[in-house]
Amino acid sequence: MPDENVIERVIGVIAKTQHMPPAAIDIDKSFLELQFDSLDGMNILFAVETEFGISIPDEQVPQITSVRQMVEGIQKLLAEKTAS
Amino acid sequence: MMHRVAVTGIGVMAAPGRTRATFWESLREGRSAIRPMTLVNGLRFSNAAEVPEYCATEYLDPKEAGMLDRFTQFALIAAREAVADCGVTFTGERTAVVTGTSAGGKTCEDREFESLYARNTGRVHPLTIPRTMANAATSRIALEYGITGPSYTVSTACASATHAIGQAFWMVRHGQVDAAIAGGSEAPFSMGFLKAWEAMRIVAPDTCRPFSRDRKGLILGEGAAMLMLEPLERARARGARIWGEIAGFGMSSDAHHLTQPLAGGAALAMRAALQDANVTPEAVGYVNAHGTGTLANDATEAQAIREVFGGRAEKVPVSSTKSMHGHALGAAGALEAAATLLALHDGVLPPTANFTEADPECGLDVIPNAARAAAVEWALSNSFAFGGLNAVLVFRKAS
Repeated sequence: MPDENVIERVIGVIAKTQHMPPAAIDIDKSFLELQFDSLDGMNILFAVETEFGISIPDEQVPQITSVRQMVEGIQKLLAEKTAS
Repeated sequence: MMHRVAVTGIGVMAAPGRTRATFWESLREGRSAIRPMTLVNGLRFSNAAEVPEYCATEYLDPKEAGMLDRFTQFALIAAREAVADCGVTFTGERTAVVTGTSAGGKTCEDREFESLYARNTGRVHPLTIPRTMANAATSRIALEYGITGPSYTVSTACASATHAIGQAFWMVRHGQVDAAIAGGSEAPFSMGFLKAWEAMRIVAPDTCRPFSRDRKGLILGEGAAMLMLEPLERARARGARIWGEIAGFGMSSDAHHLTQPLAGGAALAMRAALQDANVTPEAVGYVNAHGTGTLANDATEAQAIREVFGGRAEKVPVSSTKSMHGHALGAAGALEAAATLLALHDGVLPPTANFTEADPECGLDVIPNAARAAAVEWALSNSFAFGGLNAVLVFRKAS
């Protein structure tokens, strides 16, 4: 289950990075629907890594195509970080 | 009067070889120079095409070596080889120097900024500006030979050297100068710059596999290549060895996106180069591709080649020598110009190394893994930069 707190922080980071209102970002929207291109994607990944103190491996990036996938991926990385 | 333009000297300093001859031997044997990186550690990627066991003082006296950033050292060493190779030292106001670099003196800049920010030295070396300026290579080459004609540096990211060679070619063709040294140099292996590449997530964790289905990105390279250009009739009159001719140059801008390539822009530059050379796509027997090994570049470039060559696209041999010398950014176009000239001269097309399986998104005859003997008269060399700036050269076999 996506954690509400993580969702909120991810949407906050995306909104800040993309200069758009948080209300315009729906967790079930794909980056394509949100009209983010590859450069936007890199910007967001970088900001999210800073926000959560994590490092998103390159090989996971192609699987992140929506806000929900990003939230789930971050939760997984945070869980791994806690476990270690 | 318009001149035909001959290349009478080639100098190379790169990962596959520290001379023209050794560079070309590696390429024609399909040997990739991509290895574990030694100059910088602690990145997400660990492979690169570094000049192996490079020691500046093998080529330059210690004082001189200390004055010059690594990218200028490479440029000077390659220029010396090109000048020696052509057999004449051109000098004075009727000679030009045009070089390309994407990043300039990043090696030196990184070292000085590290001392400022990390070690709080509160100062940087007084030669930081002359070492790091992008035109340092051009200036040092001009000093070496007393060249007082048009001399400048072009910086268009990964197309820098191709733009530089193209500009020099036009100056010689139009009689503005009697000779030109043109090429490019790059030394990107410093922590700050590599961290920036890491953040873009386009450097492959394994190797550079242009046009392969399982390609994972580019591999950075370093080095320099310089060409000596002069009017064909004068080169013939003095009995010079002619490696080949530069016959056309075309440029375009995608005006589309800072990093995403556009097939239409690439095709526009290829068509412009062919038109400048007054030759049709049907005559072209080899394309040295930009072929970075990124998902976006290779598929887009293949589409552009189809737009230009139409039904013949699958029959034209296309290879990416970046699979062997890495992506040397502002030097890439010069290394690839050298490879294309040597291919025409020797009748051997260098392969795309590290090739695994064809990508339906790309197709094309990419000369997988082994060089191919082929008598080709006309060839293209493509360079497509971040920022959507495209440059293409047309080469012709010496007749």
